[in-house]
Amino acid sequence: MLGYLLRRLLYALPIMLGVAFLCFMLVHIAPGDPLVSILPADASAELQRRMMSVYGFDRPLPEQFLRWVWRALHGDLGTSIATSRPVTGEVLKAVGNTLMIAVLASLIGFSLGSLFGFVAGYFRNSWADRLASLVSVIGVSLPNYWLGMVLVIVFSAQLMWLPATGAGPGGSSDWRWDWAHVQYLILPAVTMSFIPMGIVARTVRALVADTLAQEFVIGLRARGLSEGGVLRHVVKNCAPTALAVVGLQLGYLLGGSILIETVFAWPGTGFLLNQAIFQRDLPLLQGSILILALFFVLLNLLVDVLQTVLDPRIERG
Amino acid sequence: MTAAIQTSLTPAAPGVVRSRSHLANVLHRLVRNPLAMVSASLILLLILMAVFAPWIMPHDPFATSMLKRLKPIGTPGLPLGGDELGRDLLSRLILGARLSLFMGIAPVILAFVLGGTLGIVAGYAGGWLNTVIMRCIDVLYAFPSVLLAIALSGALGAGITNALVSLTIVFVPQIARIAESVTTAVRRSDYVDAARASGASALLIVRKHVLGNVIGPIFVYATSLISVSMILASGLSFLGLGVKPPEPEWGLMLNTLRTAIYSQPWVAALPGLLIFVTSVSFNMLADGLRSAMEVKQ
Repeated sequence: MLGYLLRRLLYALPIMLGVAFLCFMLVHIAPGDPLVSILPADASAELQRRMMSVYGFDRPLPEQFLRWVWRALHGDLGTSIATSRPVTGEVLKAVGNTLMIAVLASLIGFSLGSLFGFVAGYFRNSWADRLASLVSVIGVSLPNYWLGMVLVIVFSAQLMWLPATGAGPGGSSDWRWDWAHVQYLILPAVTMSFIPMGIVARTVRALVADTLAQEFVIGLRARGLSEGGVLRHVVKNCAPTALAVVGLQLGYLLGGSILIETVFAWPGTGFLLNQAIFQRDLPLLQGSILILALFFVLLNLLVDVLQTVLDPRIERG
Repeated sequence: MTAAIQTSLTPAAPGVVRSRSHLANVLHRLVRNPLAMVSASLILLLILMAVFAPWIMPHDPFATSMLKRLKPIGTPGLPLGGDELGRDLLSRLILGARLSLFMGIAPVILAFVLGGTLGIVAGYAGGWLNTVIMRCIDVLYAFPSVLLAIALSGALGAGITNALVSLTIVFVPQIARIAESVTTAVRRSDYVDAARASGASALLIVRKHVLGNVIGPIFVYATSLISVSMILASGLSFLGLGVKPPEPEWGLMLNTLRTAIYSQPWVAALPGLLIFVTSVSFNMLADGLRSAMEVKQ
């Protein structure tokens, strides 16, 4: 087991380095001078040269990359051009806000998805199966930015039950877990939960159907175990995979929150990315993408390891 | 246990377009799937709408009018209402099918060719070439797809070409991975060994044995990617990273109409409905195709 863990970690290291390299290159594939958003349009050639050397853009690319990685390893991802604050702090604050809706969305998606998937897999080819499968196809086919708009139209503009945008009456800085604040969470989290719900439902349906078709289930029934007892065995067999799927979904939600956060003006990583892109704040763009992608890699690793711990039959190569 | 033995005995990829009869079987099964047929007809309808847009549009989709701004659905002369600049929404939705479908489908076709080639080369060559190609693919695969699309098009800047490039890069690794694993399995099979022993060249083996096995699974996968691609492409335009105004594209229209959700909510929601219908149709067609080809997910 320890050997497996080490191997898995060793395999993740080059991936993380590759991810860092891609993030580093983002600034260099961007058209125009990397300093274009800081320098005034009429800057002299002398000033431009001085700034290039201050930011280190005059050094060879490999050296720039190594310096950037070195600083990143020490938690320094540079300074945001728009706010002049350290990128790391800005991103981590936003990650916290995004995690609130992403975790809530994963919980909703996992519970509803497992329920639909279980019913569909258990009553295979019944009307309930067809309905649950339809729900899961719709879940993964809904453009979530549109779903968010429709939910705002229905629940905010028409019924006026829930607030449309923002993260609380006083902004995101004084978040509290009371209704005045939590009501702002509901629409973004529900919007976000549709994709994990569809994917979990689809996976659980296949898992339950596969497990029920196995011989040990016939054995359990032959020994006179009640249907509830059989189901408990089925759940135990399906749980590790279903949990792994939802764990990975959390990573997708965190990385893909930009559209939903734009619709709901939710002050998370997506909102930050949106700002970074449209203010040409390249250090902020680079830093937030690096943190989100590394989080995704680590989450993948964690899910893989946990799955092996939960289900020792799987020895992954 | 028996299941494991059975799967190891069946050939690597059961969904193979090997001969005309197999293709005919697949089509036969597909035609008898009502959900897939409804989806296919809807897609055909949308494509026809896009192709013949200039002849079916009732009005000029670019003509603005202050008097027709944000008119509700069913206004005389504006069957689906007017947008925020008083342009006829119906005409814009019809013409918008062109860019929206193109932006959704083109990256998948490009990724199908590119990712398929990379995967087959990596799988057939093996060795260091495989390592180099697949480790690069792994790095791209390590990003959540939305994040990668946003990162690339955010850095490259708005525009149709940049959005196409970004989306293609997002889908290449997913297709390459499938192509690589199928190719590797085929390369290690006995009949390929036999073909090689009897003097067949690498190119001939790839064309005769590998392609036939690889194309089925990646075609099914690519069909299901179109749904994701439609949502992502329109999403990029929705953020202002894809198609630029005043061109009509559903995601962009959804964005510019967003300010109208309090005055004309249902007019504002219409472009998104079309994105949804297109995406759900491609998804159901892909599901039908998958079960018709008996390709396991």
